[in-house]
Amino acid sequence: MNPTVIAARAGLTRGWIEFRQSLTNYNDLAGYILPNAIFVAVMYFQRHATIPGMPVSLGARTLPSVLGMSVGFGLILLAQQLAVEREDGTLLRAKATPNGMLGYLIGKILTVTGMTLTGCLVSFVPGVVLFGDVLTDDPRAWLHLIWVILLGFAATLPIGAVLGSLLSNPRHLGLVMLPWMALVGTSGIFYPITAYPGWAQGIAQAFPLYWLGLGARSGLLPASQAALEIGGSWRHLETAAVLGTWAIMGLILAPVVLRRMARHESGSAVEARRERALQRSGR
Amino acid sequence: MATVQRSGAPARAAEPSSESAVVEVCDLRMRYGSTDVLAGLTFQVHRGEVLALLGPNGAGKTTTIEILEGFRMRSAGEVSVLGVDPKHGDEAWRARLGVVLQSWRDHAKWQVRELLAHLGVYYAPYSTERIRRPWEVDDLLATVGLAQHANKRVGQLSGGQRRRLDVAIGIVGRPELLFLDEPTTGFDPEARREFHDLVHRLADIDDTTILLTTHDLDEAEKLADRIVILAGGSIIAEGSADQLTRRISAQAEIRWTLDGQRFVHATADSTAFVRNLFQQYGDAIGDLEVRRPSLEDAYITLVRDFEAGRTTTAVRDFSEVVR
Repeated sequence: MNPTVIAARAGLTRGWIEFRQSLTNYNDLAGYILPNAIFVAVMYFQRHATIPGMPVSLGARTLPSVLGMSVGFGLILLAQQLAVEREDGTLLRAKATPNGMLGYLIGKILTVTGMTLTGCLVSFVPGVVLFGDVLTDDPRAWLHLIWVILLGFAATLPIGAVLGSLLSNPRHLGLVMLPWMALVGTSGIFYPITAYPGWAQGIAQAFPLYWLGLGARSGLLPASQAALEIGGSWRHLETAAVLGTWAIMGLILAPVVLRRMARHESGSAVEARRERALQRSGR
Repeated sequence: MATVQRSGAPARAAEPSSESAVVEVCDLRMRYGSTDVLAGLTFQVHRGEVLALLGPNGAGKTTTIEILEGFRMRSAGEVSVLGVDPKHGDEAWRARLGVVLQSWRDHAKWQVRELLAHLGVYYAPYSTERIRRPWEVDDLLATVGLAQHANKRVGQLSGGQRRRLDVAIGIVGRPELLFLDEPTTGFDPEARREFHDLVHRLADIDDTTILLTTHDLDEAEKLADRIVILAGGSIIAEGSADQLTRRISAQAEIRWTLDGQRFVHATADSTAFVRNLFQQYGDAIGDLEVRRPSLEDAYITLVRDFEAGRTTTAVRDFSEVVR
């Protein structure tokens, strides 16, 4: 059989194995549960809070917003794993294996997608228990949610790969994490964006995070809720356009940056990073 | 075969490509800015041979091996590895190579058997009539002595076990050529002994060609059929451990005591000298010792000569000895 096909299938196996590992590992489990426990607590305390003109409670509005944000969190996970696995030599091993980079990347995308979706479910399932009666039962809206999630992955994962390749050191992840948190703050995840100053709205609308939250809300909340969004509409066309643009940019950029990163991997590069890391944490 | 290539001498030193050369390097140069890391290396590695690149830190050993592995671009020179320029090496070429990397904490959550089985899959399409790829996992685990740790997580292995796993990963595709860069750095003596036994076994099975770098003389002497000594980016000597020591000095040192007095004498024909000694003094001779120069003596002399700036003389001297 074609070696590329075999490597791609090995990548699928790899993705499944590493996803399974994330479910049986103390650190990863804590990573699934802790942040989502906080989100669920926020929704719980917001369950009776309302703003004038809003048909559902603030808590019910937060549920889809957090879902959208959690999809985007795949970006952070992928950047982090790439930076860590470049430092520890996993990537060099992939490079030393025939078609290993292909298998590695397919595996990584699958693992991160699985981890991200699991993270989404950890907050979504309790959220549905809290607000199930408020959510829309229109099947077309749920279909809409599915394309928003798929396009959201396409818009964010390649960017995560680019950022992970550019990080020279996993300890610099804060350079990705801090702007991310700032964006969460301005993207109307926990409070309607229309309450924010215009410049903050402008910044938020340039990035996928806001559109992921908006898209998820449009999929799960009753249509009347759209009145609280910018322009009083779910803006499906704009959602598709912005997420699509990020996806295309990422898919063009990611192969170039990944290839450049892979080219620079060698035993001595890994050794140098290892020395540096041991000096930091050695004693 | 035991020619010493003049450093920097172009193609002249290159031999016509022979059927058996697995690695051919001709006038390999590497330059960073204005520094020559490699100043024109020429050497070959033949099928089934174990070749050690020996040299002090910074001599260019790792750079050389990374160029051959296709992980690093060169500045100039001709390189052929398994008949292919590593610069253009494709995945089918990569499948015929084995690289033993130093693991650190990669794949810590994977089970040993799971990881080897997974990495083996990539080699399956490159299996041939002659070489069945990949190596069957249980057989491979037994070969490297990890059978009883097959179900352990990689992160739980001891240092020595981890290095054996590194070797197992390096050979899972049954490579025709195996690269080992400073393989026993940080080993305790027992782990080192075990590792050497493993490399001997590999060289015997399947006629694997092995190229290793080391700064450990003992290791080079134990493992290598042939040693290339690198210093300051040039080859300063080449040959078997025995040839190298003979080149540094054909003379053996003889020590003995006679009537409580110590004597030392250097001679090329130690056997005749000792025979003569006994004929003359018989039982009065005590504490007899015949000492030939070790590889270490040869190495230290060569590197010291080189560092003292007498490279050209040293190389010329050796060339003359060979001729």
